[in-house]
Amino acid sequence: MVQIEGLHKKFGRNEVLQGIDLEIGRGEIFAILGPNGSGKTTLIKSVLGMVIPNTGSIHVNGHSIKKNHRYRNEIDYLPQIANFPSNLRVNELIRMIKDLRNDPSEKDQELIELFGLKPYLNKKLGTLSGGTKQKVNILLTFMFDSPLLILDEPTTGLDPISLIRLKELLTSEKEKGKTILVTSHIMSFVESVTSKIVYLLEGKIYFKGSIPELKARTKQPDFEHAIASILTLADD
Amino acid sequence: MIKILKYSFYDLIRSRWTYVYFAFYLLLGIVLLFLNNDLSKAVITLMNVIIILVPLISTVFGVMYYYNSREFTELLLAQPVKRSSIFIGQYLGVALSLSISLVVGLGLPFIFYGIFKSVAIWDFVLLLVTGTFLSLIFTALSFNIALANENRIKGFGYAILLWLFMAVIYDGLFLISLLIFEEYPLDTFSIAATLFNPIDLSRVLILLKLDISALLGYTGALFQKFFGTYFGMLISSAVLVLWVIVPSFFIYRRSRRKDF
Repeated sequence: MVQIEGLHKKFGRNEVLQGIDLEIGRGEIFAILGPNGSGKTTLIKSVLGMVIPNTGSIHVNGHSIKKNHRYRNEIDYLPQIANFPSNLRVNELIRMIKDLRNDPSEKDQELIELFGLKPYLNKKLGTLSGGTKQKVNILLTFMFDSPLLILDEPTTGLDPISLIRLKELLTSEKEKGKTILVTSHIMSFVESVTSKIVYLLEGKIYFKGSIPELKARTKQPDFEHAIASILTLADD
Repeated sequence: MIKILKYSFYDLIRSRWTYVYFAFYLLLGIVLLFLNNDLSKAVITLMNVIIILVPLISTVFGVMYYYNSREFTELLLAQPVKRSSIFIGQYLGVALSLSISLVVGLGLPFIFYGIFKSVAIWDFVLLLVTGTFLSLIFTALSFNIALANENRIKGFGYAILLWLFMAVIYDGLFLISLLIFEEYPLDTFSIAATLFNPIDLSRVLILLKLDISALLGYTGALFQKFFGTYFGMLISSAVLVLWVIVPSFFIYRRSRRKDF
């Protein structure tokens, strides 16, 4: 589904990605982990075409993403920070995104119900709280049925009930056979969503494999400690 | 692009600032007509206000809009939409909403005063057209500045500087250079210098149309002498169009290479 080869990206002098090779097959779910500033968001944004790599190539569904915008029809993306034009109302935003994608999806009604967004539909986006904005953000992402789902810190600002709903949503998407990429700093969330992880460190893939493999390698019984001890492993 | 334009416009048309801007022009139009009691004189006073104020507002508004809609732009970038359409669409959205505030805000009081029955109608129309051009030009320039600067404070600073340069400093430098080099023939130089500043260009264009030789100034007089009134107007309009096209092209080019 996604092939990344020799991806390099520099921001000024700061080399954020230093040769990433990654292949993600159809129906696979990967969590991209790593400390702050390890290049997770840059990697995701490169796949989306928002960051233009210095060298290397990215193919989505067999098509190169260079000078191409149609491939994004196959991606649903949840950005890290949700900020919308403050003068638009929630239902106008939903209509607008549908219009931009030329996709008269009807799944939004279901999601509005699920996250209890009905009372907010006629409110302006500028007046919503952070958590409610994140719910709108999630709604916009899950509204379409694209085969590739990219989620950047999806849990930010969500209350516990919405967090459970989000996990349920992800499980149902998983069952539909979608390819999912997710970043998060909340390990329990990662563990409940997927078992495959890619660990980035200073712009390189430091570990790729399953959580049991990671636990075996670091000799740590739980995931959180295994992740923490990856860094000490790096010193060996 | 049309879709992005539509939604940017929609967003802006509801913004408080668009109404403040609109109300300002409405008030300005009414006050000027009351004070002058004469359409032609009101048009001349308006020209002086428009030529300084429209660039200022367009620059500030353009930078502000770009920075405020950054996260939203990121949302759009993840959609199957061409990059250049996003930015050109937003640019046109801002420029058009500003132009409409100007045209409608000034238009209403003048229509009620009876501009259609007056001989000054074409002067007034030209004034609005020039105002629209200035909105398009300075919004495009401010978008370029904002695209080039991640830091909003810097972006704002450069934008204000640009306005200050074009509206005030440029004329000063121009006059100083005329004084220093007064022994040389300066006709070509001053015509070229005028072409490189859209504010001066608009002033010359309007003054040529109004045909007030007392107000033409040095460059205006040169323009008239060099090109004649009609050819001069044609040239200055053509250069104004170029002033819109070139910065828009730079928005297009820069937006394709930028990282978000």
